[in-house]
Amino acid sequence: MKNFNGKQKRCLSRIIVSAVLLLVIRIIDPPGLWGLFYVVPYLIAGYDVLYDACRNILHGQVFDENFLMCVATIGAFGCGEYPEGVMVMVLFQLGELFQSVAVGRSRDSISQMMSLCPDEARVLRDGKTEIVDPSEVEVGEVIEIHPGEKAPLDGVVLTGESTLDTSPLTGESVPRPLLAGESVYSGCVNLSGVISVRVTKCAEDSSAAKILEMMESATEKKAKTEQFITRFARVYTPAVCIAALLLAVVPSLITGQWQEWIYRAMTFLVISCPCALVISVPLTFFSGIGRASRSGILVKSGNDIERLADVTAFAFDKTGTLTCGSFRVTELRPTAISQQELLEKAAYAEQGSNHPIARSIVECWNRPLDRDRITAQTEHPGGGVTAQVDGKTLLAGNHRFLTENGVEGVPDSAEGTTVFLAEDGVYLGEIRCEDTPKPEAKEALTELKQLGVRRLAMLTGDHRSVARRIGDQLGLTEIHGNLLPGDKLTILEQILDSNRTGTTAYVGDGINDAPVLRRADLGIAMGAMGTDAAIEAADVVLMDDDLGKLALAVRTAKRTIAIARQNIIFALGVKLLVLILGALGIANMWLAVFADVGVAVICILNACRLMVQSREQQSS
Amino acid sequence: MRKSYKMENLDCANCAAKMEAAIRKLDGVQSASVNFLMQKITIEADPERLPEILEKANACCSSVERDCRILY
Repeated sequence: MKNFNGKQKRCLSRIIVSAVLLLVIRIIDPPGLWGLFYVVPYLIAGYDVLYDACRNILHGQVFDENFLMCVATIGAFGCGEYPEGVMVMVLFQLGELFQSVAVGRSRDSISQMMSLCPDEARVLRDGKTEIVDPSEVEVGEVIEIHPGEKAPLDGVVLTGESTLDTSPLTGESVPRPLLAGESVYSGCVNLSGVISVRVTKCAEDSSAAKILEMMESATEKKAKTEQFITRFARVYTPAVCIAALLLAVVPSLITGQWQEWIYRAMTFLVISCPCALVISVPLTFFSGIGRASRSGILVKSGNDIERLADVTAFAFDKTGTLTCGSFRVTELRPTAISQQELLEKAAYAEQGSNHPIARSIVECWNRPLDRDRITAQTEHPGGGVTAQVDGKTLLAGNHRFLTENGVEGVPDSAEGTTVFLAEDGVYLGEIRCEDTPKPEAKEALTELKQLGVRRLAMLTGDHRSVARRIGDQLGLTEIHGNLLPGDKLTILEQILDSNRTGTTAYVGDGINDAPVLRRADLGIAMGAMGTDAAIEAADVVLMDDDLGKLALAVRTAKRTIAIARQNIIFALGVKLLVLILGALGIANMWLAVFADVGVAVICILNACRLMVQSREQQSS
Repeated sequence: MRKSYKMENLDCANCAAKMEAAIRKLDGVQSASVNFLMQKITIEADPERLPEILEKANACCSSVERDCRILY
């Protein structure tokens, strides 16, 4: 009772008073015209329904549920079924009350799910901290975030060290260490230390705001199932009412039993509201979308849930999606010097370059570099670097770069990604680097296959042999290497063409493959936290880059669709059954009331299962 | 211009669909969508006519459900 609001409490007391009165009158069982006493509990229970019905007729709302309920109950009175007329009104009100409570609770769950962002920010102004609304903080101002607080805005850490719980955004439960200079996204929880953060985005554009906006607008783009229900609802009520009218008139003219057939027709009117369907299907989709977002999977619309549940082919970008996107030195092949020396020289040459391969070499050396030994360094994009180290000229780069600079004896190995090194024109050796598959990749792909995905394709610009090695390792069914950015689109279109029966999804980072993401039936962007471009281009956004989330997303979508179907079949089935039984004179009005509001409540609860589970998952 | 407003006492999903249909038909409204779960309405309309449209939209809402109104 404690979660009832005022309106609901008043409604409940009216229902109780009315039910008690009904019982008393029923026991006394007044004869003849005294039966009109039944009007008292009837009015107590349903005066507002009567009032709304009259008022809405004046507004031209004919097939209004209040009106239909009034016709049905007054009809019951007309047939001399006084107790039944009152009871139906009482049950209707009780059902409406339950429905309102159920809707209220699911609204609460939704707002709880969406409470990503705190209402206040602690901003430093003129050396003092002020607590203000996040929307009043301007870009460039500095805010302070204490341990246990959620970040109100996006920004960069200026001072302080901490650990960050990104689970509200990503669903990832392992906290991330946070150092000065790193980014903080709104909605994440600061776990250990006080940090001061320079705000980089205003409240409207912050990560949390973007996600909320997406979730809210997700329900606006309606899924096919939802559109079907809306269209269905529009014809359902008039159709049932016409059927009721026919049922009241036609058999009566033939048999002359007006009272009996009018009573049967009244049961039709009671079930004529399509509310159960109209509420439960969108609520199911919303719960599904909400649950997914709790795990860091943002689905942009109900439509995308449907497509996700139906996916049969996946195309993956390689670097950063299937692989870590960071290179690792796998092999050192010096000619005349030791491996250590080769690596040391390469590290000195590549120091200062931002190229991922260069960084992997420096990382592999993993010892402090004495900058005084380096006197000059130039980067040649697409080739390599030249550096003056200890007075000698080091060249590090690809085969073409070294040959063009007059180095002889460079072996032509096409395998993998290789950096060649030369000192003063003399070839020293090669360093092989490899981009390694993500640890969870193999398992994730196997899981997708179990979920009914038949084709797993990898599209990459890398050399075919590299692509094949990784592809075979992970168990992909198709490998397309040596692709230029434009080729990816062509290959995807081929897959789309040959996979007409199900959805074709493309998974990428969303930064340089936005056109492919858009072209696919379903574009999935990974590791998208903080990158707006990816969020814009994709239909489904995975906030972190955990491949395991793909299977989770597909499973959630399948469950959502299953529950939506259950609701449709259950609601329609029960209504149809009661209509038939009503026409045959087996079902009475009480059953009809259950078919109307009872079914709605059950469907709402069924839809909420999705959300409830998400809460359990969170706590575990 | 698209604008969203909160609504109160929106209790019936079918009513929300009716309101949406009625508001879409209002003169000057390009699109309208009533979100039953969020109790929110999003209207796309000419900003200059918005106050007048909101008033009419509110009338649409209360004619379907007595105490439902748009908060603006």
